[in-house]
Order: sequence, then structure tokens, then C-alpha cells
Amino acid sequence: MDALDVNKISVGYSNNLIIKDLSVAIPKHKITTIVGPNGCGKSTLIKTIVRVLQVQSGAVFLEGKAIHTLDTKEVAKRMAVLPQTAQAPSGLTVFELVSYGRFPHRKRMGRLTQKDYEYIYWALDVTGLNDLKDQPANALSGGQRQRVWIAMALSQGTDILVLDEPTTYLDLAHQLDILLLLQRLNKEEGRTIIMVLHDLNHASRFSDYMIAMRDGAVITEGTPNEVMTCDYLRKVFQINADLISCPHSTNPVCLSYQLCKNNSECKVI
Amino acid sequence: MEWSNQQMDEKEQLRKVKETARPTVGIWILSAGTLMLIFSLVLSISLGAADIDFKTVWGTVFNFNPELVEHQIIWELRMPRVIGAAIVGSCFAVSGALMQGMTRNPLADSGLLGLNAGAAFMLALCFAFFPGLSYTYVILFSFLGAALGAGIVYGVGSLSENGLTPIRLVLAGAAVSALLGALSEGIALYYEIGQDLAFWYAGGVSGTTWSHLKVVTPWLCIAILGAIALSRSITILSLGEEVAIGLGEKMGRVKILSAIIILILAGAAVSVVGAVSFVGLIVPHLARRLVGHDYRWIIPTSALLGALLVVFADLSARIINPPYETPIGALIALIGVPFFLYLARKGGGQV
Repeated sequence: MDALDVNKISVGYSNNLIIKDLSVAIPKHKITTIVGPNGCGKSTLIKTIVRVLQVQSGAVFLEGKAIHTLDTKEVAKRMAVLPQTAQAPSGLTVFELVSYGRFPHRKRMGRLTQKDYEYIYWALDVTGLNDLKDQPANALSGGQRQRVWIAMALSQGTDILVLDEPTTYLDLAHQLDILLLLQRLNKEEGRTIIMVLHDLNHASRFSDYMIAMRDGAVITEGTPNEVMTCDYLRKVFQINADLISCPHSTNPVCLSYQLCKNNSECKVI
Repeated sequence: MEWSNQQMDEKEQLRKVKETARPTVGIWILSAGTLMLIFSLVLSISLGAADIDFKTVWGTVFNFNPELVEHQIIWELRMPRVIGAAIVGSCFAVSGALMQGMTRNPLADSGLLGLNAGAAFMLALCFAFFPGLSYTYVILFSFLGAALGAGIVYGVGSLSENGLTPIRLVLAGAAVSALLGALSEGIALYYEIGQDLAFWYAGGVSGTTWSHLKVVTPWLCIAILGAIALSRSITILSLGEEVAIGLGEKMGRVKILSAIIILILAGAAVSVVGAVSFVGLIVPHLARRLVGHDYRWIIPTSALLGALLVVFADLSARIINPPYETPIGALIALIGVPFFLYLARKGGGQV
């Protein structure tokens, strides 16, 4: 079964639908990346999946059950979210912030249990934040802060992880750092990862499955080899891409590109 | 969990628990605060136009003798007023803390969401049309007014297609407060009740009587307990709406419950003391400094600090220029305005 099934959803306002009748399935235990130009509706799709936005029609199914009929806390035990614009309140330490990931598992007035602590320390460990755990989260660098939010989502202990542009505003090394971490979580623990990325080459290198969107609709979906073709890149981004094979993943990556003016052929090196 | 290679022994774990959770600091501050509050209450009861020593205060509480004038002053005038000040302070502070946590807006105050203006507007209507209304009804109208103010602000704020944002709430709050303020003044002029109203606007606890307290106190106790029950959800909300949804918080329910609690707190407080601003702004920030970010600690701490602040403000109001009383709202604004400017200058930051 798929981890998430998006079934004919329409999202937006009745006279201005951002997404119309969109269906897509997110495979289990895989890394799925949504790509597309600005304003194509990829963030809208992600926000609908994590129930921040409501559908006008259709439904999102989490392992076979319509997500809006499930108890939101139960959903939170199975799916963790890293929003695009997460911003920590000032004065909160890394440890405190990460510990809020245990919220869906806790009783109303309960304290952190032994199991909660295990998850929190594990999450800090995996993200390499052990030494920073008593620092105020706001004082950290962008890359570290992003790690803190990922650690919070990890301490939630869910099988599914949804991330909206987790590498935006990070420099090259930190971007890779985050993506390698996500890859490790997927390979070693079989976590399902769904994310939006702007960088096509990262998407191609790290994804098992890609979804390319434009104007609120899915243009194509499949393995990076199926999606990262000149034809589709022209359709989705209106670029002529020079594609080569990535030395790290053997998936196609874009060496350089030219804006598409006419129907000139793009070449594969 | 395969990677958790370091299994900590129990002692290490315990140390970390103590270090990272903040109850030690919190409990210390709450105890110290309670002691200070009791001290300030006694101090405030004994000082004033007629100085009364601590022994007499003690005697009044535990050995009341209605034939002594001093006992009468204490029992009929000072006690209700001081207790009223404490309660009102708690209310404004807790409602401010709830609002700041809920909207992630560091400038949130019951003045901001139009609550104080709404309640004051209702009071103006009460004075104009039902001059002899009993206090029970006045307070109910005050709730209604707070709800009306908040309702208009929320309504105006959410008219926009993109829904409610903190900024929109602030703008709507400012506009609605200005409108309601103007309407109250219009009513005051037309019906010649300016003097009665001036008393509420300047804010003063001097008129508080036992019968007022009897009506208000149960409401406030319930509301403050409710706020404490909601505090963990407020902490989650303060991480931002999308994060809170991701963590499985029931947004709708928490928002409605906190809104009701805020209305009760602000409405009741305004009905006792008038539209005093800034208590709800300053106190939660202080509390956050002291006990960290967890609203389970911020809310009780705010309640204590708010009570302390207003009791001291009331005390100063009486002793600065005796036998005249300085308006308590003006005194608090003296601290509040610079603090507001400081926060605004910090860029609003986050809560």
C-alpha cells in the first residue's frame, strides 16, 4: 500500500483553485520529491497533505484512511512535518524545542517519560546536536536551526516525514548535509520521506520518486530517470537542459541550461 | 533507535532531567512570588492616607472588631481594594500571556484585540441607559462588550481571503479600539456621563467593594484554572500554527477555549478597574525571562507578577500625593509605554 494517497483533491478558493482534481500516490519507504516552478502549487500540495489547508473536494488518504476523519493526534504519531517557515520562539533551548516533538505521545499533564527521553536524545544524536542542546535555538546558524527542526520532527517517532523546502537558505555543504541525513534515515530505517526541493539536481540525486508539477497539476511522475528528461524539463520549467549522469547516484543531473525560446532541441551529453 | 549508542546510566539521566526541565527555577520563583505578594498585600493594606500598623492589620484579619475605626477602614475600604487590585492584575496578565502565546505576537494585550475598548464601550452604554444597574449585570455587559470588541476585530481581520494573521489582528484591533473609544466618548458627551466614565477610563480600584469581589472572583478563579489547563497547548501553539498542526494539536478547540477565557478575564478585569492597558503586555514578558518558554510556568508566574504589579501600582497611587489618588492606569502606563517602545524597537521579534 502507498504511504499517502492523494485522491482528486481541489484546493484553494472556489473561484480560484490553486490545485484542481489532482491525484498522486506517495510510495512507502521511499524518498519522494516534488519539483516545479514557483507558484506551481507544490507547497499547496504539501500543506494539504499535512492538513494545514483544507480540500474543497477529494481527500488525502493516510495508509488507506481519509486523513481528515482521523484523530489529528493519531495522524501526528504517524506523520511529522517540517514547515517551510518554522521559526522558534526566542529563549527556547534546542533540547526544549526537540522535546516538543513528543507532544502527540504525551498525556495531558504528564511529564517526559523514559521513552520520551530516549527518542529526544536519539534525535539529537542523529542530527549531531548533542553538544548544542542547551543553546538557545535562535542563536544557532541557519543550518543548525534546520537540524533542530528536523530533530524535533524525528523525535515525533513517525514513519512518514514531510519537509517543505528543507534546504532553502542553506549553503551548499549544509544543504548536502541535510539531504544525506534524510537519505540515511530512509535507507537505514525505512522512513518515508516527502519533500519539496528547488534544486533539481538534489532532487534527482536523492529521490526514489519524483513528482513534477506545473500550474497546479502533475505533469509527470516516476523515477528520476523518467522525470529528468529534456522533454519534461522543458514542459515543466521551460528550460533546455544539458543533462549528464550524476557520478554519485547515476541519476540524470542538469549540467547547465538555457531558457527555452523556441523548440530548439536540448542535448544529452 | 539503532543509533543511540550512548546508553546513559540512571544518575546521568536524572541530572539531565533536572537540568533541562525548569521546574526547579519555576517552583522557586512561584514560592518567592507568593511570599512577596502576601507581604505587599499587608504593606498595601497598612499604608495609605491613614497609616495603620501591621499588628492592627493582623488583628483585623484574625480578630475583627467592628467597633474599632481602624478595623473598619481596613475591612470595608482597604481589603477589598487591595484584593481587587491583585485579582485584576492577575487577570490582565494571564489574558495577555494567553494572547501572546496564541497569536505569537509579542505586542498582544487585551487592549490590542479590542477587548478593553469593547468592555469600556458597553460600560458607557450601561451608564447611559441603565444607570442603576446592579453589578452582576454590569459585569455581564462587560463580558459581552469584550466579546463584541474581539468579535469585530476577528471579523474585520478575517474578512481578507488569506485569513487571520497576527499583523492583521493588530491592525484591526487598533482600528476597532479607536472606533469604540470614539463612540463611548460620543455617548459620554451626549448623555453627560463623562465624569462617571472618566473614573473607569483612568482606571482605579478604589471603588471596589466586597460585593463586587463576590461577583467577580468565581469567574476569575475558573478562568485562571482553565488557562492553566490549556497552558501546554498554548506552548505548542506558540511554536507556530503549522508546527502545531503537525504535532497533532486540535487548533480549533484550543483557540475557542482560550478566546472564551481571555474574554472572561479581560471583561471582568475592565469591569472592576477600567481599561488599564500594559499589564497584559509587560508581565508575560517578565515571566518568560524568569521561567523560560513553557506556558505551564508562564501562566502561574504571570498571575503572581500581575497581582504584584497592580498591588504596588495601587499602593503608589495612594502614597505619591496623599490624600489625592493618582490614577493607577497612568502609573502603569509610565512603566508600560517605555516597555512597549522597547519591544517595538526590538522589531517585534517573536514571543
